[in-house]
Amino acid sequence: MADTAADMPTDIVGALRTPDGRPLKQALAQAERRARIRALVLVLPLLAFVLLTFIIPIGQMLSRSLLNDTFSANMPALTRWFDENPGAEPDEAAFEALVMDLRAAKEARTQGAVGTRINYEVPGTRSLFTKTARRADRIEPPYREAVLDVDKDWARRDLWAAMRSAAAPVTTNFYQAALDRKITPEGEFAFADKQSRIYITLFVRTFVLALAITGLCLVLGFPVAHLLAVLPMRKASLLLILVLLPFWTSLLVRTTSWMVLLQGQGVINDTLVALGVLGDENRLSLMYNQAGTIIAMTHILLPFMILPLYSVMKTIPPSYARAARSLGATSWTTFRRIYVPQTVPGIGAGAILVFILAVGYYITPALVGGATGTLISNQIAFHMQESLNWSLAAALATMLLAAVLVLYWVYDRIVGIDNMKLG
Amino acid sequence: MASTSGRDAFVEFERVQKSYDGETLVVKDLNLRIPKGEFLTMLGPSGSGKTTCLMMLAGFETATHGDIRLDGRPINHIPPHKRGIGMVFQNYALFPHMTIAENLSFPLEVRGMGKSEREGKIRRALDMVEMGGFEGRRPAQLSGGQQQRVALARALVFEPELVLMDEPLGALDKQLREKMQFEITHLAHNLGITTVYVTHDQTEALTMSDRVAVFNDGRIQQIAPPDELYESPQNSFVAQFIGENNTLEGTVKEIKGGVALVELDDGGVIDAKPVNVERPGERTLVSIRPERVEFNRERLQAGVHTLKAEVLEFIYMGDIFRTRLRVAGCDDFIIKTRNAPDQRRLQPGEQIEIGWLPEDCRALDLPAR
Repeated sequence: MADTAADMPTDIVGALRTPDGRPLKQALAQAERRARIRALVLVLPLLAFVLLTFIIPIGQMLSRSLLNDTFSANMPALTRWFDENPGAEPDEAAFEALVMDLRAAKEARTQGAVGTRINYEVPGTRSLFTKTARRADRIEPPYREAVLDVDKDWARRDLWAAMRSAAAPVTTNFYQAALDRKITPEGEFAFADKQSRIYITLFVRTFVLALAITGLCLVLGFPVAHLLAVLPMRKASLLLILVLLPFWTSLLVRTTSWMVLLQGQGVINDTLVALGVLGDENRLSLMYNQAGTIIAMTHILLPFMILPLYSVMKTIPPSYARAARSLGATSWTTFRRIYVPQTVPGIGAGAILVFILAVGYYITPALVGGATGTLISNQIAFHMQESLNWSLAAALATMLLAAVLVLYWVYDRIVGIDNMKLG
Repeated sequence: MASTSGRDAFVEFERVQKSYDGETLVVKDLNLRIPKGEFLTMLGPSGSGKTTCLMMLAGFETATHGDIRLDGRPINHIPPHKRGIGMVFQNYALFPHMTIAENLSFPLEVRGMGKSEREGKIRRALDMVEMGGFEGRRPAQLSGGQQQRVALARALVFEPELVLMDEPLGALDKQLREKMQFEITHLAHNLGITTVYVTHDQTEALTMSDRVAVFNDGRIQQIAPPDELYESPQNSFVAQFIGENNTLEGTVKEIKGGVALVELDDGGVIDAKPVNVERPGERTLVSIRPERVEFNRERLQAGVHTLKAEVLEFIYMGDIFRTRLRVAGCDDFIIKTRNAPDQRRLQPGEQIEIGWLPEDCRALDLPAR
């Protein structure tokens, strides 16, 4: 007993100590420190890369959905007036500030940017800013009458409400727009005008189409994955190459090939007409609609369903099915109660992979989707590249991200993330 | 021992052949009758066709030719789930996504049995294998031995008359395996079920079975009760496959009065029982069990032929001694002696004379090389 006590001394609270008296925990941490530092050094380049090229730009992008200082930076005097007179109707001082700001904006050539910013909220007002700025040098006091002389639209209450809300650098305007809502001058949260409500429809369409594509991929991919898993090695490898072949072809090539097949005068329609299945006048419209998006995207995303399913199915020994059969189950019961439950990790992984990819897909719907087959990502791209309303694009993207995260959480609740096997 | 006449055969293979590729036969002309209640073991090296036979009986493989009958009915075209045969698999094949109770409930549910009836049967089956109280566990939470018991309970819970077992004890350690061998045999006999058991472990086959069918090269080499199989192997494959065996090659000189005189290749002459040699001049492989070799002159029969031997190695194994000899040019002739107080311990280098009773030494066919 005495020997062991000397070998491994303990202090009063009973923590173990090494023979030279250091606490065991401290000694352990020291012994493992070198290994930990080395591991950290090894991952450091990747960490820096991800931080610089991914997390920071995305964070910046997302912050744009809430922050927009185009107005406050270029119209400082008017912004100050809005700050000092909360809730007030525009008076002479406000119009004076407007004119001063427009003169400065003309100098700096930013009147277009400011006009565009207000135009997001009140359509058709961009020209108001450019026109007024052009004449700002000639405007004399009293400013109110002079400005209204230039354009009587400057008296519009919704215009001033829009400018007041745009003056705040932090704004939820873009989220309101992304939800097809607006805050009326009376401060009510209401639907936007009917013709400008497009995003809710697009979000719903995006999720419905993504679900349809995921379902189709599962229905088509399950038998293929099963075949891959049960075929002898050599045949399975050949089949796997066929599954992977689309991966090695450019996405653009694949999509344009689908265009060749699907169009009105395309291979499919021509074949059906030649076979007499369809009359020449009732050719199917398989493209520039939702059908085109679903067909092309199902094909493109199919490998993402097959591969996780295959990797799970490969590990299910055939003896389970045999056991079930010997216990008296028909092949259908065996499939339903024994086989499918064991493939759930693969179904889960494949479904979530395909769904998330489909929700954010851009090129294919842009090329074959037409008017009814485009998705929310096409609208985001439009705001990034053409309307240059980056804040709205960021708001739409943030909502998409949030929706996917919510679905991910729901999935975790129902299936369990631990139950997922990606390969 | 159970009768094997055709009338009361419960399982019957008649002229069954099986080929997977249309070129080679995995099972060649199999004829086998298993009476009701018998525990039959199919023993053989891997690739001998024993598992294929089991799979044909279970319905997972179809016979290329011939009939398989169960209780008089041909079952060639009955799908596996309608055969009502219980089966225990090598890796147990317990459904991992179900609890133990659900695993046992499965065969009853697919038979449309009511809930209360199911519960009673599940409880009885689990009690039978001493696994009561494990209903709510999952297979992954059980040890190998426990999974084995549950697999057994699941194969028995729907009260099949025939149970097939495909190397069910292969994954267990030695001690547990011996315990389970004993338990399975008792269970099978108490329930009166017919059992077909596949293994490549000859000890398992000998200790568990009523009869053992030794498979090799797609054929049954011998089918006999364990004692007969061990003591009277019908050919050199069975002799060498079952238990330890010393073999010497030679030529038959004469056969007289049920004893064959065999001249070994180095000139020594021994007495042997002719099993499948018929006339003088035939080449033969004589086989003798290590424990039937006698080197004590007083215990040898008078007039019997003996051979000179040199002791090469003495191995102490506790309950027995194993001594390796050089006999007739063969360096690995083994004799086994019991560790008794009066037993002589041979010393390496010692020259001795060995002999045996003619009926213990069997003159068999010389296998083709």
